[in-house]
Amino acid sequence: MSQRYEIRLSGAGGQGLILAGKILAEAAAIYENKNATQSQSYGPEARGGASRSEVIISDGDIDFPKASALDLLLCLTQEACDKYVGDLKADGLLIIDSRFVKDIPEGTFRITRADISKIAEEKVGRSVVANMVALGVIVAATRIVLPDSAERAISGRVPRGTEELNVKAFRLGLQAVNGK
Amino acid sequence: MERVDYDKYLRTSRIPHIWCPGCGHGIAMKSILRAVDHAGWTKENTVWVSGIGCSGRITGYVDFNTLHTTHGRAIAFATGIKLANPKLNVVVVTGDGDGTAIGGNHLIHAARRNLDITVVLLNNNIYGMTGGQCSPTTPQGAKATTAPYGNMERPFDIAGVVAACGGNFVARGTVYHVNELEKLMRQAFLKHGFSFIEVMSPCPTAFGRRNKMKNAIVMMEDLKERSVSVKKAKDLTDEEREDKIVNGVLLDRDKAEYTDLYRQLIEQLRGS
Amino acid sequence: MGTEDKSVPRLLTGNEAVALAAIEAGARFFAGYPITPSSEIAETLSRELPKVGGVFIQMEDEIAAMSAIIGASLAGARTLTATSGPGFSLKQEAIGYACETEVPCVVVNVMRGGPSTGMPTLPAQGDVMQAKWGTHGDHPAIVLCPERIDDAWELTIRAFNIAEKFRTPVILLLDEIVGHLTEKLVLPLKKQPKLFDLPQNVSKEGYLPYRFDGEYPPPLIPVGQGVPYHVTGLLHDETGFPTNDPDLAERNARWLVDKVENHKDELADVELDEVDGCDILVFAYGGCARSARGAVRMAREKGLKVGLFKPRTLWPFPEKELQEAAKTAKRVVVAEMNLGQMAHEVEWALGRSIPVELHSKLGGEPILPTEILATIEGRD
Repeated sequence: MSQRYEIRLSGAGGQGLILAGKILAEAAAIYENKNATQSQSYGPEARGGASRSEVIISDGDIDFPKASALDLLLCLTQEACDKYVGDLKADGLLIIDSRFVKDIPEGTFRITRADISKIAEEKVGRSVVANMVALGVIVAATRIVLPDSAERAISGRVPRGTEELNVKAFRLGLQAVNGK
Repeated sequence: MERVDYDKYLRTSRIPHIWCPGCGHGIAMKSILRAVDHAGWTKENTVWVSGIGCSGRITGYVDFNTLHTTHGRAIAFATGIKLANPKLNVVVVTGDGDGTAIGGNHLIHAARRNLDITVVLLNNNIYGMTGGQCSPTTPQGAKATTAPYGNMERPFDIAGVVAACGGNFVARGTVYHVNELEKLMRQAFLKHGFSFIEVMSPCPTAFGRRNKMKNAIVMMEDLKERSVSVKKAKDLTDEEREDKIVNGVLLDRDKAEYTDLYRQLIEQLRGS
Repeated sequence: MGTEDKSVPRLLTGNEAVALAAIEAGARFFAGYPITPSSEIAETLSRELPKVGGVFIQMEDEIAAMSAIIGASLAGARTLTATSGPGFSLKQEAIGYACETEVPCVVVNVMRGGPSTGMPTLPAQGDVMQAKWGTHGDHPAIVLCPERIDDAWELTIRAFNIAEKFRTPVILLLDEIVGHLTEKLVLPLKKQPKLFDLPQNVSKEGYLPYRFDGEYPPPLIPVGQGVPYHVTGLLHDETGFPTNDPDLAERNARWLVDKVENHKDELADVELDEVDGCDILVFAYGGCARSARGAVRMAREKGLKVGLFKPRTLWPFPEKELQEAAKTAKRVVVAEMNLGQMAHEVEWALGRSIPVELHSKLGGEPILPTEILATIEGRD
């Protein structure tokens, strides 16, 4: 891992990207004793509209907390992909929901495609946990945090009574990458 | 009437007060002090809060912890005091400009919350201190310095508004009917929960003069002539009731009080 | 995320840290009104205050919230409210009342884009001058501004201390960057602030709530303790009763400002980073200080001698500290998310003896470290 690892989770409002970002930051900062920040940019809409959540993970101090040269970009919508792919480093990683992002721009970056929303709907039965599936895909593809740290952070952050459901979604995301 | 030692409750060094000859506010203040005396409230457990205007000056004259606050906000300040120390008795004195225009929002919400404070609104139908501008209770057609051709707007029935918003006790009286006013005032001060009393109080200087009521006596007679009881008002048509002053108890009930509910929440959270 | 388990590192937003630090500082009353981007402070306190026997209330508007905390403070509670630009504008009426009546309280303003409704979810630093001059008339202003989560925690506690000691409202000025940034808080802090102990046993005999001649104001005896003093927003004498005596009125007005200005040294609070012998001094505060740190580091890697001056107390302005830090500087760069509100103050404090360059950005995106670097290098 480089000293400073910049992540942007992007999609639409209501997809739970802010929560996913906080879980990723918590896994790194609390359970793996690194430094991490999470911030977001969102519009007035509670649902729909563009949404982005950014996580910086570092071994050192983090001064500027916003992502500008991305090591990892997650896109759950085509709109988000078109808008943000230019911020990805030349050797960065693009993770996309293969159902919604069809048109992938040219670039030297690596790409991981996963059936994120499809897994949430068909294998968990709840489309709202797509954010946790995405988290699983991210952890499997990058190893930025250990799966165990992420699961502990998930259990601490999701609404009481939904821990199992969310962890299940996360594990399916892990398998979607590891299984390939 | 019971004998009351008023000096005990007054800052005699601050008297004479600034109210004009013929103003009804002095009578209202006496009525409030008699109710405080009857309720047994003391300097140790009672706080008075007022806003801006002629009514607001009352806090300068009574010898308690007194807050003379910003225009319209007396109830909001009182809310903070009561919540921080629910043992205190909190009296708010406001006017028709202070309490129904700039402070109208605070009034309806305090009633809705049913916070245990007592609000006395001295309604003289005019902005007296600033020189006779039109207020939300100035009657339609009446003249004011900002309504030189007569007021076009319909006035608030402010006691009716408050009764519709909530609270446990709402009443209206006049400074002409002092005995009845004292009875209503006592009920308001003894009631647990939000209580509101509208007191019709003449302003000869800023209202009467411009509205064909030459002096205080004429204004007092007007209060007398236009007053009807709540009971009698029920038999009147809307048209007949139009310019009447409906006196008496408009609302009297015992819904749960806000600080009691909050204390229960604290006990529940701390117990678990 | 609750008040329990204080020693376990936690991941919190700046807003959550302010709310929990307020409870740590003994705050037991909050009145507020929903507004982005400060609402998490109200939400956190609505959940946590009743657990410690405190009271949370959502008022009908911003002015009512400000008025309610003044009332609660007079009744003996440590109090705060939180808002953002439009709400801060509304609160100015009651902030002036708290200044004139010398009632301690803490007002949190999480700055968003302005003017008017502006940009509710995006950061700016356009309320810096409003925090000083927002309410009418001459009045005191004490304004603290955190950059990081540990700052937010420490300055919240410091805000309550100062408010009580000086008996005046203290403004805790965050920006959206700091309020909404989630990061790790490890307690106790390296510099754990101590709570100010109010002098005990204040004599009720001959109590003058508004003495003008002390070093600090006398502690406030709460209402309802049998000391029937008067509180008014009118200029008043030392008893609290209104006065039209020109001499007394002037003494009252001067006292309010002097009690703060006479303690500038005590209130000054700055963080310095390699300012000794610097050629270029960068001045930044709040969320922008984070960008400035990145820029300063890059500049040093390029061999430039750059120092960073970060005020944590914005008002009273730490001019002496700035003059000292800028002694060797040939240029000063101010980075802020407004059109130069502090840059003017910096210029004035340095007597226009050193060129002051402003790097300002509006529009809601934080200033990038590379952008400040360009100004440091004179490339823009």
